[in-house]
Amino acid sequence: MTNGKSIGDTLLRVDDVSVSFGAVAALTDVSFEIREREILAIIGPNGAGKTTMLNVLNGVYQPDHGTMTFNDRTYTRMRPSEAAEHGIARTFQNVALFRGMTTLDNIFTGRTLKMKSNLFMQAIYWGPAQKVEREHRQAVERIIDFLEIEEIRKVPVGRLPYGLQKRVELGRALAAEPKLLLLDEPMAGMNLEEKEDMCRFILDVNEEFGTTIALIEHDMGVVMDISDRVVVLDYGRKIADGHPDVVRQDSAVIDAYLGVAHDAA
Amino acid sequence: MLFALEVAISGLLSGIMYSLVALGFVLIFKASGVFNFAQGAMVLCAALTFVRLLELGVPFWIAAGITLIVMMVLAVVIERIVLRPLVNQPLIILFMATIGLNFFLEGLAQGVWDAQVHGLQLGIDDLPWEPLANSTGMLISIFDLSAALICGVLVASLGVFFHKGRIGRALRAVADDHQAAMAVGIPLQHIWAIVWAAAGIVALVAGALWGQRLGVQFSISLVALKALPVLILGGLNSISGVIVGGLLIGAGEKLAEVYLGPIIGGGIENWFAYLLAMVFLLFKPYGLFGEEIIERV
Ligand SMILES: Nc1ncnc2c1ncn2[C@@H]1O[C@H](COP(=O)(O)OP(=O)(O)OP(=O)(O)O)[C@@H](O)[C@H]1O
Ligand SMILES: [Mg+2]
Repeated sequence: MTNGKSIGDTLLRVDDVSVSFGAVAALTDVSFEIREREILAIIGPNGAGKTTMLNVLNGVYQPDHGTMTFNDRTYTRMRPSEAAEHGIARTFQNVALFRGMTTLDNIFTGRTLKMKSNLFMQAIYWGPAQKVEREHRQAVERIIDFLEIEEIRKVPVGRLPYGLQKRVELGRALAAEPKLLLLDEPMAGMNLEEKEDMCRFILDVNEEFGTTIALIEHDMGVVMDISDRVVVLDYGRKIADGHPDVVRQDSAVIDAYLGVAHDAA
Repeated sequence: MLFALEVAISGLLSGIMYSLVALGFVLIFKASGVFNFAQGAMVLCAALTFVRLLELGVPFWIAAGITLIVMMVLAVVIERIVLRPLVNQPLIILFMATIGLNFFLEGLAQGVWDAQVHGLQLGIDDLPWEPLANSTGMLISIFDLSAALICGVLVASLGVFFHKGRIGRALRAVADDHQAAMAVGIPLQHIWAIVWAAAGIVALVAGALWGQRLGVQFSISLVALKALPVLILGGLNSISGVIVGGLLIGAGEKLAEVYLGPIIGGGIENWFAYLLAMVFLLFKPYGLFGEEIIERV
């Protein structure tokens, strides 16, 4: 899709990253890049290593070898706190919200690093802290408006239907005003209408704020619709990388999805 | 009537001392979702360190200060060695770790110091407060009053500290989901160290107050048992619940001892709190103020 936006230089480059869990090689020598302002889709059959890749990018897992280069700095491992400080925000495949907290408070936690004042200072100087809180409150309210979730602001998220939980989780990630947004199956388990809404939000975030997005998605229709580029993983290896229309025709990709036996001649 | 009031008041006052012990559990539960089995051992550690320093001739406030520092260092070390490697592990594993920690701390405290019984004098007399006794005839101990005052101030200030805006949110976030908390940049490690240090402070105050009451020895770690019914009543994650729970149990226990004791035999104090808690459990399984866990299936 061409919408006149300008895709920029490489924001994050992954070089030869391998991750294994015991005997399972979840990722083997995977290299790709994420460019500024693009929407990159990472696809592949179940167990291909997609989630593992995101977990490496935001520091949950440490690669066995390989590097990530973000903003021209190279890391052999990224700590979760570092990733957050660099402006990498994410959502999780199986919704990791703070269940007992309201929508509002969940989104508020997304601003943790924006509310940089020291926790201790905050404890001692109650007045200024309240002022800071009010300012950030506005940012949070903007996100709530944007995601059209005003009605559930005060509802503990544990009580929300799944589709809305996913939306709140996106809100929490957006609250950090991220440079790079990692979305792990943002539309899984949604009905058609919810999917359309989510697509719209993702496209809007990308266009209005210029946020770079890497997302994992199984719905091919969605992938073809919203992504600028697609990386395909299969059994932990990258088997294709390119424009959606090109990747769709790729025989290795078709084989992977049709489940052609790997050792077949 | 006056006598009933006197009984109720002294019950309420000792109830606040239960609240204090329970508070240590609540702080750690709020921040990590885990029941800290080692809370009693922390009370023992603090009390023993404090009393031994006093016996070595260290002035009162300096001894208190040193013990405070010891408890804070202990918190940081526990975070580093026990908690940090267990991030993202199931809570039951963290719980098991606190059981291990419990025995380690008990051994450490008695190894470094000793296993004797030490008397502890805080300089507060356990005598009736005269102005009150003279004007109303009620015999309320000065020690009880002061202890309640100290506990009340501590519970209230920690309550404010851990409920306000960001810290409150960060605590609940960490308790709900480690991975997500780290992903939004909440400094999990600092939060844990802060909370364990706060629990250490609570342990020191509880150890000192109960130490004067019971003497400082191994069995002081059993005051943790006094906290259990309070926790059941108040909810494991509610600071206000701890206060109300402590008061209810303290007063209930004393009144039952005095009024039911003669009818059904003495020693009610030993089990009444548990009975109260258990009856309560039937009606409000999450405690008076505990957050209900609403699961969608
Ligand atoms: N923490 C872990 N411990 C052990 N094995 C793991 C772990 N995480 C992932 N794996 C394994 O690594 C492989 C890749 O898993 P991953 O979750 O990355 O796949 P995925 O592409 O996200 O799949 P799905 O589409 O089902 O979400 C799988 O074989 C999985 O079982
Ligand atoms: Mg996955």
